[in-house]
Amino acid sequence: MIGIFRNVCLWVDDRLHVSKLFAATAGHHVPKSSGSWFYVFGSATLLCFVLQVVTGILLAFVYVPSASQSYETLMALSYEQPLGWFLRGMHYWGSNFMVAIMFLHMTQVFLFGAYKYPREVTWISGCILMILTLGLAFTGQVMRFDEDAYWGTGIGAAIMGRVPFIGQELVHLMLGGPIINSDTLSRFFALHVFILPGSVIALISLHLRMVLTKGINEYPKPGHLVRRETYDQEYAAIIKKEGVPFFPKAISKDLIAASIVIFGILFCTAVFGPKMPNGPADPTQIVTVPRPDFFFLWIFAVAALLPDYTETFLLLAGGPVILLILFALPFVNNTGEKSWRRRPVAVITVILAYVVLGILTYLGHTSPWSPDMGAWTSAITEKSRVTGRSPFELQGLVVLQNKQCRNCHAIEGVGGQRGPDLANIGTRLTRDQLIRQVIQGGGNMPAYGNKLSPYEVDALVAYMVSLRPEGQPPARNSTVPGVPPKDQAALPPKPQGES
Amino acid sequence: MNTDSNKEPEKCGCEGKEKSNRRDFLLKVGLGLNAVAAAMVGIPVIGYALSSFLQKYPLKPISLGPVSKFPEGTTRLASYHNPYSRKWDGDTAEIPCWVRHISNNDFQVFAINCTHLGCPVRWFDQSKLFMCPCHGGAFYQDGTHASGPPPRPLYTYEWWVENDELFLKGGILPTLADPMV
Repeated sequence: MIGIFRNVCLWVDDRLHVSKLFAATAGHHVPKSSGSWFYVFGSATLLCFVLQVVTGILLAFVYVPSASQSYETLMALSYEQPLGWFLRGMHYWGSNFMVAIMFLHMTQVFLFGAYKYPREVTWISGCILMILTLGLAFTGQVMRFDEDAYWGTGIGAAIMGRVPFIGQELVHLMLGGPIINSDTLSRFFALHVFILPGSVIALISLHLRMVLTKGINEYPKPGHLVRRETYDQEYAAIIKKEGVPFFPKAISKDLIAASIVIFGILFCTAVFGPKMPNGPADPTQIVTVPRPDFFFLWIFAVAALLPDYTETFLLLAGGPVILLILFALPFVNNTGEKSWRRRPVAVITVILAYVVLGILTYLGHTSPWSPDMGAWTSAITEKSRVTGRSPFELQGLVVLQNKQCRNCHAIEGVGGQRGPDLANIGTRLTRDQLIRQVIQGGGNMPAYGNKLSPYEVDALVAYMVSLRPEGQPPARNSTVPGVPPKDQAALPPKPQGES
Repeated sequence: MNTDSNKEPEKCGCEGKEKSNRRDFLLKVGLGLNAVAAAMVGIPVIGYALSSFLQKYPLKPISLGPVSKFPEGTTRLASYHNPYSRKWDGDTAEIPCWVRHISNNDFQVFAINCTHLGCPVRWFDQSKLFMCPCHGGAFYQDGTHASGPPPRPLYTYEWWVENDELFLKGGILPTLADPMV
């Protein structure tokens, strides 16, 4: 019996060359030092991709990429289809994990100098995979085709519309027509399920092929420099001396990492569930606050914070410039030190990149530059900001509330964050300065001169002058020293000689 | 070509060379035929894929309904059916816009899209401002820039009144590349 089984195996191997294929791929020799916890992120990203393909295909059993029906099919997937919520959750969290782990992989490769000679193509194919993965993430959020997706696509079109000469054509190409509609969704669907995954598979093949031909980076030793003339022999010597087959000798940590990733995705799916669409894509429903998924929040923040005159240039050129730097990196920095312990610039670059992305993502999440559209009707006013005021000042409070000032100006943190908090405004600006600011606007504030009667302006400013901590005098005009404002006349005059 | 291959065996006296020349010829014919075939398939395929790139979308006249829907001195949200819509567009075929009836037969019709990055602006009648929920752009009642990052006033539609009915010319998503008016 065993003899027959053995013969069948040998026959299959003879016809299909399985053992040769194995020796050339999973069984290829890697430096023993690469069996490190730092080297698990690449395989973990690949695992996420495989999960995305499997769950994505299963979601496509039910999902209909049509503007009129996608919302209903997502609802059916989430609430009616048995285990549909589970597949949606796995796909959503799988994408988050994939983006996050991919950046960890990239960071590790950068810090360990793995992009240097002779692995330039490995690095470049990885950079293209990063773009494709982000493309999958962006097109994936459009698949929800909710309010965020609709207006998010609009943001993409508005950026395209800034391209000189062919902006309009690019907008039409991106949207599949002159406006966001079902053709837009179909187009993004084709990108999300055919074009981008197909490209990813092609690039992963190249990426892994390079791992096989040029080897995996040995764990760098501080002070051991890469030289083009000697590296290949050195690497061959390492493989000869301490090379181990990837399977089964160096794969153990990858396997453990893989299970942690799967457990993580399962945990998030079970605890947080899939991300639900936040309302059908109905453009007439304009009471909406469009926000992208978290991995694009930093771009959303950049679009709000860039100075006007740099915006178009940086929105269009920023991406290509970053890519150019990434592509050029292995050629500019081809040899030399690989260990991060002796590459302080590399370490600082990574820290800076993460801090900047982290802060921008936080700002994109909180969006302090956006008016709080409901604050004028819902933001409360503390009792201490009401009591003790004259009827005239209270009229000013009504103006402040009714004219939507609170949408941009918080009082003690309650309200919009776009403009300065008004809690102690009376100590910062004089009555005259406040009147000028209200009437003429400026410094990013609209002018209210023709929207308020003189009486309303007076009342509003009187109320704002009263907004100051107990016992503190109102702001004084520094250009007229020694002349206290009218309502400060009761205070003792300033001693002469004090500036 | 043929004459060359006929002569060659005499020159070198080897039959393999003749075969090789025939193979070269067939290879060239094969490559040539496939180049023609690839062009015959590829050009229409590229044309299809880039059709929206090549196609023009002229603005079309659209009715917003009777003028009485827009009382004088108000700014109201209206919507119209997009002339370039598909049957399966669902809600996305209905496009909103802001109609400002200034006086008598004087109107302004604004696109819903902020000129910064296209988010839907909201009208606040009390402060006479359009505010954008995305990056904090604000516009005055006549569409001019009030504050924030928008690089230009609100996009406006060309409008006219015919038999007490308000019309506009629309159908596209206005962007800086094609602001309609």
